[in-house]
Amino acid sequence: MAGLELLSDQGYRLDGRKATELRKVQARMGVFAQADGSAYIEQGNTKALAVVYGPHEMRGSRSRTLHDRAVINCQYSMATFSTAERKRRPHGDRKSTEMSLHLKQTFEAAVMTQLYPRSQIDIYVKVLQADGGNYSVCVNAATLAVIDAGIPMRDYVCACTVGFVDETPLADLCFAEESGGGSSLALALLPRGGQIALLQMDARLHQDHLEALMEAAMTACKGVSKVLDEVVRQHLQEVSVLTGE
Amino acid sequence: MRDTPLSNCERDFLLKAIEEKKRLDGRQTYDYRNIKITFGTDYGCCFVDLGKTRVMAQVSCELVTPKESRPNEGIMFFNLELSPMASPAFELGRSSELLVKLNRQLERCLRNSKCIDTESLCVVSGEKVWQIRVDVHMLNHDGNLMDATSIAAIAALSHFKRPDVGIQGDEVTVYSPEERDPIALSIYHMPICVSFSFFQQGTYLLVDPCEREERVMDGLLMIAMNKHREICSIQSSGGIMLLKEQVLRCSKIASVKVSEITDLITKALENDKKARKEGRKCGFAESMPQERITALKTYETSVEMTDLTKQASDIVESAHARAEIALSPVLPAPGMGQVGTGLQNAWGLEDEDDEDDDDDEDGDEPEVTIVAEKRGNKEKRERPVVIISDSEEEEVVILNPESS
Repeated sequence: MAGLELLSDQGYRLDGRKATELRKVQARMGVFAQADGSAYIEQGNTKALAVVYGPHEMRGSRSRTLHDRAVINCQYSMATFSTAERKRRPHGDRKSTEMSLHLKQTFEAAVMTQLYPRSQIDIYVKVLQADGGNYSVCVNAATLAVIDAGIPMRDYVCACTVGFVDETPLADLCFAEESGGGSSLALALLPRGGQIALLQMDARLHQDHLEALMEAAMTACKGVSKVLDEVVRQHLQEVSVLTGE
Repeated sequence: MRDTPLSNCERDFLLKAIEEKKRLDGRQTYDYRNIKITFGTDYGCCFVDLGKTRVMAQVSCELVTPKESRPNEGIMFFNLELSPMASPAFELGRSSELLVKLNRQLERCLRNSKCIDTESLCVVSGEKVWQIRVDVHMLNHDGNLMDATSIAAIAALSHFKRPDVGIQGDEVTVYSPEERDPIALSIYHMPICVSFSFFQQGTYLLVDPCEREERVMDGLLMIAMNKHREICSIQSSGGIMLLKEQVLRCSKIASVKVSEITDLITKALENDKKARKEGRKCGFAESMPQERITALKTYETSVEMTDLTKQASDIVESAHARAEIALSPVLPAPGMGQVGTGLQNAWGLEDEDDEDDDDDEDGDEPEVTIVAEKRGNKEKRERPVVIISDSEEEEVVILNPESS
């Protein structure tokens, strides 16, 4: 352990959370009028904005059209002011291209694309403030935005990043924990069926610990899904009051 | 140029075959294709053949100023090229999704797992460090580029030697190999990537998919591990739903495969070292004549069609329990390693190979038959055996575990 003690002897983390505790999640749906669906989410200090357009007819190169399902187009970007060091390119570098790819994959698995053949769904995600778990927060934001756009999904897609320190899995890593050098696992889950839409792990971890880590990640994802469900229900209640139904 | 699309017939055929636990090239579900590791004449040049997939890795180094955030660590840089030479589907100069995916996976596999001691690459703190650059070129694409890439990259890194440097005051001298012996990198462990492809919404699972299988698969799971059973990276791709059990099972299979491949790499490295020491001709050119002799030889694959379903399902059930290490491979030529050809198939399978070997010792049959029958099916014996009486053929070393 280089310098930082990520988990104290009393079982508390740097920001005073317990090992399995999530950060505070706050979210709003329908933040933009222009887009078909939009959402804003804060997970601790990580803040992300997601916007969904579609399903609409194919734009750009028509050759990508799929005759049996919709194409999902994702763009992940980070605001120049989102990190401690000012970012030069908000998107287009390798890391964000990869992140876009992962988002695309996740939503291809979750959105019922076969309902919209020959069309396209755009998902744009922007990280306003990065404090660990960027991928997971973006997935959660995009899920809310897709729901706001009224596009049918198999289930909520919830994602969470989990770390492994001193034989203990830590849920929902913040930046300090993520950059601490331990292993971290990002997992996107469809909670109802326990299906994993995306799994990604970095750094070394002994095979025997994998199961415990995945178990912790899945529990954390289920926690996130409860929060998201609450947000959606509250949003619908507010909207129905406004429309007077 | 776009890739020729797969016809529906072909797609159905492939999927049907997978459902019946059969593969086009006669492999079992968890079999790898033949792996051949060859080194070039330079240090840090490595060719890897995985069946017909062929990649080349070249490691080079230069002195650069370190990153501000890490003043006393060397820099690792990975670059992949998908040239149109490998497949007509690859376009030059465009970074495709596949390229980004492979490149990032290689970075995660080798850099984030900290398999190379980057601190030993520091020359003057904050001013001069070595940048190790790994270039991987795809020469032929027949599926599973990632595994071939990761094997080639780690083998090339282990083979590579950087020039020695001396510091006098402020002056840094780089010595040529004639003046001082070059220094090998210090490698802590060897992460190797194993790909699993999923079909029919994750119902069927194959190791080492070939190009055709990759085209019909639903998704891919790549697990990088080292032989100490540490997972260095996991990445799922393609829109598939995985279950936790599947991932855990894959990680078990991966650990078996990785320990075999690691042995193969170590063996190939040792062989190459010996060849260099003895002053024998080594490297890529040396491996070419071998290929010329066997150019007319087609690799026979024996696929037993009856009774295989049961056999395969037995294998599937018993495979993950076994974690044996392969018999030490016999190497046919200096500077190269080979797995598969003629060895007893030890990819976690239970075969009737023992009986085969007994028969082979009777003598009359040419050695070629061992290759043909390595998958060991009794019924196959009735088939006429190809006898090649060419005298050159004797030079092809067929690996008979009994006779060696």
